[in-house]
Amino acid sequence: MYSFILLAPLVAAVIAGFGGRAIGERGAMLLTTGTVAVACLLSWIAFFTFDHEAVRSIVIARWIESGSLSVEWGVRVDALTVVMLCVVTSVSALVHAYSMGYMADDPAKPRFFAYLSFFTFAMLALVTADNLVQMFFGWEGVGVASYLLIGFWRHKESANRAAMKAFIVNRVGDFGYLLGIFGLFYMVDSMQFDDVFAAAPMLADSTFRFLGMEVNAAETLALLLFIGAMGKSAQLFLHTWLPDAMEGPTPVSALIHAATMVTAGVFLVCRMSPLFEVAPTAQWVVTVIGASTALFAATIGLVQTDIKRVIAYSTCSQLGYMFAIAGLGVYQAAMFHLFTHAFFKALLFLGAGSVIHAMHHEQDMRHYGGLKDKIPLTFWMMMIGTLAITGVGLPLVYVLDTPIGFAGFISKDVIIESAYAAQAPAANYAYLLLLAAAAMTSFYSWRLMFMTFYGKPRGDMHAHEQAHESPSVMTVPLIVLAVGAGLAGMEFYGDFVGHHEAAFWGASIFTAESNTVLHDSHDVSKLVKLSPFLAMLGGFALAWWMYIRSPELPGQLAERHQGLYQFLLNKWWFDELYAFIFIRPAMWVGRFLWKKGDGATIDGAINGLAMGAVPWVTRLAGRAQSGFLYHYAFAMLLGISALVTWYAVTGG
Amino acid sequence: MPILSIITFLPLLGALILLVGVRGQDQAANDNARYAALWATVATFVISLFLLQGFDASDTGFQFVEERAWLGGLSYRVGVDGISLPFVLLTTFIMPLAIWASWGVETRVREYMAAFLVLETLMIGVFVSLDMILWYLFFEGGLIPMFLIIGVWGGKERVYAAFKFFLYTLLGSLLMLIAMIAMFWDAGTTSIPELLRHEFAATPLSLLGFEIAGGFQTLLWLAFFASFAVKMPMWPVHTWLPDAHVQAPTAGSVVLAAILLKMGGYGFLRFSLPMFPVASELMTTFVLTLSVIAIVYTSLVALMQEDIKKLIAYSSVAHMGFVTMGIFSANQQGVDGAVFQMISHGFISGALFLCVGVIYDRMHTREISAYGGLVTRMPLYASVFLLFTMGNVGLPGTSGFVGEFLTLMGTFQVNTWAAFVGATGVILSAGYALWLFKRVVFGQMVREELQGITDLSRREALIFAPLVVGTVVLGVYPSLAIDMFSPAVSALVDEVQTRVAAFQALADVALK
Repeated sequence: MYSFILLAPLVAAVIAGFGGRAIGERGAMLLTTGTVAVACLLSWIAFFTFDHEAVRSIVIARWIESGSLSVEWGVRVDALTVVMLCVVTSVSALVHAYSMGYMADDPAKPRFFAYLSFFTFAMLALVTADNLVQMFFGWEGVGVASYLLIGFWRHKESANRAAMKAFIVNRVGDFGYLLGIFGLFYMVDSMQFDDVFAAAPMLADSTFRFLGMEVNAAETLALLLFIGAMGKSAQLFLHTWLPDAMEGPTPVSALIHAATMVTAGVFLVCRMSPLFEVAPTAQWVVTVIGASTALFAATIGLVQTDIKRVIAYSTCSQLGYMFAIAGLGVYQAAMFHLFTHAFFKALLFLGAGSVIHAMHHEQDMRHYGGLKDKIPLTFWMMMIGTLAITGVGLPLVYVLDTPIGFAGFISKDVIIESAYAAQAPAANYAYLLLLAAAAMTSFYSWRLMFMTFYGKPRGDMHAHEQAHESPSVMTVPLIVLAVGAGLAGMEFYGDFVGHHEAAFWGASIFTAESNTVLHDSHDVSKLVKLSPFLAMLGGFALAWWMYIRSPELPGQLAERHQGLYQFLLNKWWFDELYAFIFIRPAMWVGRFLWKKGDGATIDGAINGLAMGAVPWVTRLAGRAQSGFLYHYAFAMLLGISALVTWYAVTGG
Repeated sequence: MPILSIITFLPLLGALILLVGVRGQDQAANDNARYAALWATVATFVISLFLLQGFDASDTGFQFVEERAWLGGLSYRVGVDGISLPFVLLTTFIMPLAIWASWGVETRVREYMAAFLVLETLMIGVFVSLDMILWYLFFEGGLIPMFLIIGVWGGKERVYAAFKFFLYTLLGSLLMLIAMIAMFWDAGTTSIPELLRHEFAATPLSLLGFEIAGGFQTLLWLAFFASFAVKMPMWPVHTWLPDAHVQAPTAGSVVLAAILLKMGGYGFLRFSLPMFPVASELMTTFVLTLSVIAIVYTSLVALMQEDIKKLIAYSSVAHMGFVTMGIFSANQQGVDGAVFQMISHGFISGALFLCVGVIYDRMHTREISAYGGLVTRMPLYASVFLLFTMGNVGLPGTSGFVGEFLTLMGTFQVNTWAAFVGATGVILSAGYALWLFKRVVFGQMVREELQGITDLSRREALIFAPLVVGTVVLGVYPSLAIDMFSPAVSALVDEVQTRVAAFQALADVALK
């Protein structure tokens, strides 16, 4: 069954990609969508039936074997895997279906669906991996799928650039990941998770020489792996590719750049929990980077006007939440938020797609307004998504030990409460930043809602008149996701972070005995429990004030604080900074080495050496052109060979 | 049955028949020459497959050995082990594709085909020779047909490129010849298996007032290094390669990249590492340094190239940097990775040069800026080019990954700095390869003259097919190749480590 879940999307992708002409557009769409839907069904069956106690390893085939290195293709079945299977296949199936409507006018549908299914396969290979190398295969595979899908409209210059940027920035992270793998193999002599986990306590007490320094093995290797996670999950310093990735079709943004691929980094940290648990410095870095990203991305989200970019920065920010809490040792909460976030963020993206679809591919929110009545179903679904991401619920109320509220309310509150309860050095920092980010999340999410659906129509009136609700193949996935965004938090609270947490995760997540953060988080004061809710209310009130009550206010504020506004609007000038310190110097150095290094220095020296031979060279050169030289050379060569052969055959 | 001799000399026989049997310059004669050459190479490939059947990978010695006395007390001695067999097969596999890709050549077709066939004999000869002198003849002889292929059928500046290629490699070889004579004096034999058992003195000696660690071995090592480093090519003696590639006809580039470049690596594995283990050990840091410089330096240079072929040529140098790094890490993963990387690079770079050839045949330019938006008119070509671009970038699932991964892994165990700097190649290769792809294939097709460009012909598609299959199959199931050479590599690595350890133990005793 697991092999089927993993491999079926690949088969579908290959058939749709190479046999698209044979089975037709419709065939390709139905085949890929159907296959992923079946995989989804099987994943949920697995979710309710798998054995929480024991880890199952299924070997499919040999892969790389060299000396003591032995890496196999296989599937690892434990709670982490199964949760990810459900997330990936569910969102993927819905996005496949949605795309049938969204991409209806596109001439290259089989290619699009083949890419989507290929992505699904690569992502499944990542989450089912039983060793770090297969995980890297999936890791890079989703990178390629992402590259292909961002650049799906390949005549578009900006899309091609974004695709390339995504791949290359991710490679920077992969560089760290690879070094982490090499280091683990060097220390543990195995790439299997079980061996690495068993060796974690040993790694904590060992050192090795790395770049001329004697370093702690566990800390260094955890940090190297985390660099990989930062790239894939678009964390601070390696985040620049994610907003640009919005150049891809919107269903792609929902699937890859919101719900699944970008969460791979969080998954990696959770998967490697035995290693991170014994590497406090690495944990500190994870928390600081995560919390900083959560706030940093939220600040940029405040002022963006492209509807997809707002949600992209929001994704970046939410991923920061997951890292922050994983770094504090509450992997369960990170996975819980990953799970609920997949629903409401995919919902928001697909909802945005529906708006964009209705508005003839206009993405600038300044040209929206008053769409509430034009596309009511989309509006209500987006509303549910917004209620979920901003964290609306009934604070302090528990029914059957479960809090009541939308999915994001429950998972985000667990994170913020745990951050408060944690004792680690970065815990207070995380709590404060995450709380501030929660207020900003609420502000930019409501700003998005108000600018899009409320007020008067702005921009091209023609587009507004023509605005229409999307077909049901697009709205039904929205409804399904809305159900998830509404109920998933309450439904799965007990299993993921509540009383059944230990039984649910089994051996898949390791927490040190001294790590009681999750437990302690239930006992924080009422004020702390209320704090994210209050932050949410504050953000909502401000957004209402600025975009409903007095809509002229944002413009005036921007005028008055030009410096700050430009700073945020230009995303803290990271792109410009990187162009200045990395890209342009690399090009300059490349040109310099080519012209001065190869040209002037090396060839210069060699030409100098060969000066004596020049007259001879020119004479021979003349002959080569006259056409005789090769006859001589052939005669000579054939002579030698004939001699060799003769002696070989006759035995001399 | 002397199967190795048959494989080695069958192409030469084909060349003779061509030169004697095919007359005239007309269309029919040209076609005859083409098909004769194609069949000769295909037959060679098919026969070489029988090697697989009889080959026992667990036997780490030489197999299919043939031995005959030869002139002047020398002997004709051939055989293969796990390390040379993959290269023999790579050669026989690539050659029919190279010939078939040359259908567009219209000048001196007969001689062109003969040159390639002679080249094949010489290349196979390099990989099967078990006698140092015989090996040297094949090794240097290969220069001549390649020189002619570039010099006669090359581009505008073919003569400059051909001579640069010739002189560069010849200069390196002279030192090697001197070293070989010294080896013969010392060991009293030219037989490679016996030389492998011989221990060359490694006690320090002083020469011209310099104290030379590793003594005689180091001197021999340096002489061989001069030759192999040029062939590889390693930084800073790589500058002949871009010129040679740019000027060579497509098939010439394919063979150069896919096979000829592997001779340096093979030489390191056959001579330098096992025969001069102590010197190799002493020189490890030196080689690793040159290798990582090659990776970073040539990747950066590749980034700025305006000529597609030059870009791929520079990327080849970078990829060969992984090979030398792997070989001199002298452990199982490193050497396995190096051999694998050479095979994989044979497929991928060969295919990339074919990709350039396809559009060069149509537009007669290699300028990157002359293209753009090819995907609209050439979807199949775009897919094939993309696959090999990803292979070049080392994407897991393609053969390019396995080689890079294993060499880096091997290097990490020896020198983390080298692995660290070398791994930046992972980022840089993505930079130059994807940027090239974007500029050539993606975007809008704005140029008038591209509007009529056609997608791959059936012949071209069929040439790419085996390379596509090879790249993917070796990426997904690399054991297919690794199983063949891993035992031999293991024996080699053990022997080197034993000898180095023994020498160090002796040196320690001497110190006390």
